[in-house]
Amino acid sequence: MKQIYLDYAATTYIDPRVLQKMKPYLTTAYGNASSLYFLGRQAKTAIEKAREEVAKILGVSSQEIIFTGSGTESDNMAIFGIARSYQNFGNHIIVSKTEHKAVLESAKKLEKEGFKVTYLNVDSNGIVKLDELKKTLNQKTILVSIMYANNEIGTIQPIKEISRIISNFRKQSVKRKAQSVHDSRFAISDLPALHTDACQAAGALSLKIKDLGVDLLTLNGSKIYGPKGVGCLYVNKNYKIEPLIVGGSQEMGLRAGTENTALIVGFAEALKLAEKLRKKESQRLRSLRDYFIKKILKTIPHCRLNGHFQKRLPNNINFSFAGIEGESLVLKLDQYGISASTGSACTSTDLKPSHVLMALGLKEELAHGSLRLTLGRKTTKKDLDYVLKILPKIVNDLRKISVIKL
Amino acid sequence: MKKNKQADIKKGGQLWLYNEIVKDHFLNPRNVLLDDPKKGEFDGEGIAGNPMCGDQMKLWIKVDPKTQKIKDCKWRTYGCGAAIASTSMLSIMVTEKGGLPLKKALNLKPQEIVKRLGGLPALKFHCSVLGQAALKEAINDYLKKQKRN
Repeated sequence: MKQIYLDYAATTYIDPRVLQKMKPYLTTAYGNASSLYFLGRQAKTAIEKAREEVAKILGVSSQEIIFTGSGTESDNMAIFGIARSYQNFGNHIIVSKTEHKAVLESAKKLEKEGFKVTYLNVDSNGIVKLDELKKTLNQKTILVSIMYANNEIGTIQPIKEISRIISNFRKQSVKRKAQSVHDSRFAISDLPALHTDACQAAGALSLKIKDLGVDLLTLNGSKIYGPKGVGCLYVNKNYKIEPLIVGGSQEMGLRAGTENTALIVGFAEALKLAEKLRKKESQRLRSLRDYFIKKILKTIPHCRLNGHFQKRLPNNINFSFAGIEGESLVLKLDQYGISASTGSACTSTDLKPSHVLMALGLKEELAHGSLRLTLGRKTTKKDLDYVLKILPKIVNDLRKISVIKL
Repeated sequence: MKKNKQADIKKGGQLWLYNEIVKDHFLNPRNVLLDDPKKGEFDGEGIAGNPMCGDQMKLWIKVDPKTQKIKDCKWRTYGCGAAIASTSMLSIMVTEKGGLPLKKALNLKPQEIVKRLGGLPALKFHCSVLGQAALKEAINDYLKKQKRN
């Protein structure tokens, strides 16, 4: 059976051009980048070239890019790194309720260690409530972490506005600024630092740090047609973070362990390609997305589009269907060769439905009946037409055997 | 060698979340009641679970007054694959071999449903509990009605 992959937000395949660039570093150019001889220098050169390429795309300097093992690791590194480095200046952290678990769980762990965490509410479309952010910022706030675009519902956060709010707040807190100048580790400490998880945004939205106004930014390889097991964290050079992994001076002493040259090279190449294709591909996906959404709203009664209609990732579609449960929907779609995902509880270990959908204020029944389809480079209109033929039938079949009558 | 490796990759595609029996009952559920029953069509009904928790099932039974055995069992389920398959299997277990006597049906254990399904993932065990709870309620509903008559 032909497989129609519609879970690009989960992960992507590696672009052949990326794999080609990686190959030598998996075979002949296997040196340890810390070694002084030829093979070592070869690896080192490749890594530094990759670092420069990533930095160029973000519009930053290369020593501000740290390669990590995943987006999750980068998120962890940002949260723990800032919290531990600046705990003398305050113990308050702000995150949104719809963050990826990599951020939420890190925040929760810090809460147990004595930090205070504010979980910002979002509106019914998933946009962070900015007035809440303004109100909750205080002299003890050292970090704000709000994702660029949500992985489940695709909602794009107003990061520029958020960074403006934070920069205004910093200007007002002169007193603390004066205090921090006396800390010898850095010249100026502008607290709170602003971190954004941009894993889903890469390839769809601009990553220019200057425009975004963030101090830390997370990216990973497996969502941008690059390899899994590699990510990066941008950290503005004015900030110092505590490393998570120690035991070597790699990555400027911020991430110990022999560098995986092939993955790093692959990651940089993937990001370069994603950036090159960004505008054209986003436009193509956006029109496919809107075509699909309109058709579903027209053909399937009692459904809800989750997330913002316009401020939405070009490749994200997320619906809730009343009266049915997401796992059965996903399993039935799989029978027709369609790969999709759900925020249903039955796929999680705690049996609670998706925290993102609950944060939107969805009733639990609707949160259980969610379906996420995420499009990508190989998605065609023909694929979507096939899904449009199958999906209404499956929803109807499951509704027929459901207790809940609409 | 190359052929073998490819075979391994293909095999991965067959590893389903559920075993073949569960899969079959999920994809081809038995004894579903598609339309609401007419008055008097069944002798007892029971409901268990909560849509808020992600699954709910409703069960209708018909009882032979002479033998006190379950003659017919129909159901509808809102829930995951395991919930649908559990109710389907339950409806077979109580009606096969001339029907299960009410007393035995009341004592039916969720483990027995799971066993007939050839096992469920640990996380899905509660699905079988729900089916059994709905059955109990349907039987008690029938018994209550009998007392009244």
